[in-house]
Amino acid sequence: MTWSTSFPQLDDSYLRDLKKVIDEAFRNFTRSYGDMIEGFFSPLQTLLIWSERLLTGTPWPIILLVVAGLAWGASRSWRIVVGSILTLVLIGLFGMWEDTMKTVSMVLAATVLSIIIGLPLGIFMARSDRFRAVLNPVLDVMQTMPSFVYLIPVVMLLGIGKVPGLIAVVIYALPPMIRLTNLGIRQVDPEVLEAADAFGSSAWQKLVKAELPLALPTIMAGINQTIMMALAMVVIASMIGVQGLGQPVLRAINNQYFTLGVFNGFAIVGIAILFDRISQAWGKRLQKHREASHG
Amino acid sequence: MADPIGIEIRNLYKIFGPTPAAYVDAVRAGMTKAELQANHGHVLGLRDINISITPGSIQVIMGLSGSGKSTLIRHINRLIDPTTGEIEIEGRNVVDMSQDELREFRRHKTAMVFQKFALLPHRTVLDNAAYGLEVQGIPEAERYRTAMRWIERVGLKGFEKNYPSQLSGGMQQRVGLARALANDAPILLMDEAYSALDPLIRYDMQTVLLDLQQEVRKTIVFITHDLDEALRIGDRIALLRDGLVIQQGSAQDIVLRPADDYVANFVQHVDRGKVLKVSSIMSPAQEGTGDAPRIDANASLAEALRQMAEARVQTLLVTAGDGRDVGTIQFDNAINAYAGGTKPAA
Repeated sequence: MTWSTSFPQLDDSYLRDLKKVIDEAFRNFTRSYGDMIEGFFSPLQTLLIWSERLLTGTPWPIILLVVAGLAWGASRSWRIVVGSILTLVLIGLFGMWEDTMKTVSMVLAATVLSIIIGLPLGIFMARSDRFRAVLNPVLDVMQTMPSFVYLIPVVMLLGIGKVPGLIAVVIYALPPMIRLTNLGIRQVDPEVLEAADAFGSSAWQKLVKAELPLALPTIMAGINQTIMMALAMVVIASMIGVQGLGQPVLRAINNQYFTLGVFNGFAIVGIAILFDRISQAWGKRLQKHREASHG
Repeated sequence: MADPIGIEIRNLYKIFGPTPAAYVDAVRAGMTKAELQANHGHVLGLRDINISITPGSIQVIMGLSGSGKSTLIRHINRLIDPTTGEIEIEGRNVVDMSQDELREFRRHKTAMVFQKFALLPHRTVLDNAAYGLEVQGIPEAERYRTAMRWIERVGLKGFEKNYPSQLSGGMQQRVGLARALANDAPILLMDEAYSALDPLIRYDMQTVLLDLQQEVRKTIVFITHDLDEALRIGDRIALLRDGLVIQQGSAQDIVLRPADDYVANFVQHVDRGKVLKVSSIMSPAQEGTGDAPRIDANASLAEALRQMAEARVQTLLVTAGDGRDVGTIQFDNAINAYAGGTKPAA
């Protein structure tokens, strides 16, 4: 009865060979094209260095002022402004200012990149059912594949550092941006689009004057999700050399430093809430005039 | 202002489904809508539509839901492509236009008003009204000036900075109307434009449209399912049923000479006293009535009856706009028409 208790699998030596062949092939690919691929991604390096310098190089009072300004501009709510400042002040007092700025710069770069990639893909996905059918499973893989698994090829290709970290974060954080852009555009009232057509709008005019503005609240929800997922990924990305709040957490795990872990963990939670409240409040203000316009 | 232009719709067919072209001949040969649907899974939208719309007139297309009237109006600016047929405007067949030509045509020749308003909710009233001009690439100052003029004309002055969601349905449709008029296109397409409005506001908006028409003289295609509305504003009315035009004519024609039982059933509840005009019921002038009271040919039947009752006479002399006597109207004919009889043999 052994055939029913252990699943009939391919021959061990065959599997070993298979893995060896694929590994070998990928290693060869890395050796021959690694430099080229690194070159291709080098603009990301520039983006990352620029955004990190911007955040760590700016004096902290100015950062506080800018955050307060953003919070007020987005929400017009004193509660959110005070909450944001208080969060940052606590982070600073507990000695995590530098790491936090590095994390924020990473999250900002990942979000900008996700928007640049995700917005056009989402628009295209909304236009073509066939493209959606192809892209959907890809997005499913991106969201469910354990991140450690795609860290392996990324590190093999690009080594350890900021750029591979950014790529890993973007892979994880990109899907909601694409999905919600697609959803937002598909949900635009077809009558409004018909009106845009009837007045002779070109495809581009229709996109920027009707579709994108009407989809904006949903797209904003996508950006919000992207930011949250990028933050969640920061700890994992620290394993491949991304600096910031993730590294102390990693150290805390390795050495069982309970307090260090908790402090940095809460710092991540703090800026997550800060980002979330500010972007949500902005999204809500965008929606102010968008209630059903049908009387 | 552009001169009014006419619309010729010829042999227009629309079949919905995966291979509509394959069934045109069968439909031409007389296949019914039910047969087409049951045996071939295609829906017959429009069948052999021929309507000639006079420049500067209001053509009403009336029918119940599912009759194909909204499909028909969307063929005029080709929001829907026909299966076969022609729509000729200014000597050009709209059906043959390329995408670029069509866009130019929509920008300059037609403007449309929608049943559910279809305003852009993120734009102010002013920016909504200026949308058509914006799409044409007209500079901001100029398009705001034009849009503002029409916003005032439809009675929304002071609301130009509001958003559509802050306005009532009637006011939103005024924005829709201003948006269409700001385009200054010779053809105005109104797709059940007033159907979503309360009866009183609807009546109000009809008045707005009729007043405007006095001044702008556009060729208006007006879709409605409301017979009273059709009779009130239509210079000509086409009745649509199951994708087929079952009767075309003036309001008088349709009320006095319904083409079949379906139309007769439709018009039986109409207030004939208001709809019918003296000119539709009068007989040729007779001798010996020279001293009878006079009534204008365009007056309503109800008005004629009231005058007869007031003057205690059986006959009125009918005069045309220039004061000439053109006929007489008899009390028994008037009462007969009022009660539902057809026009007496002249």
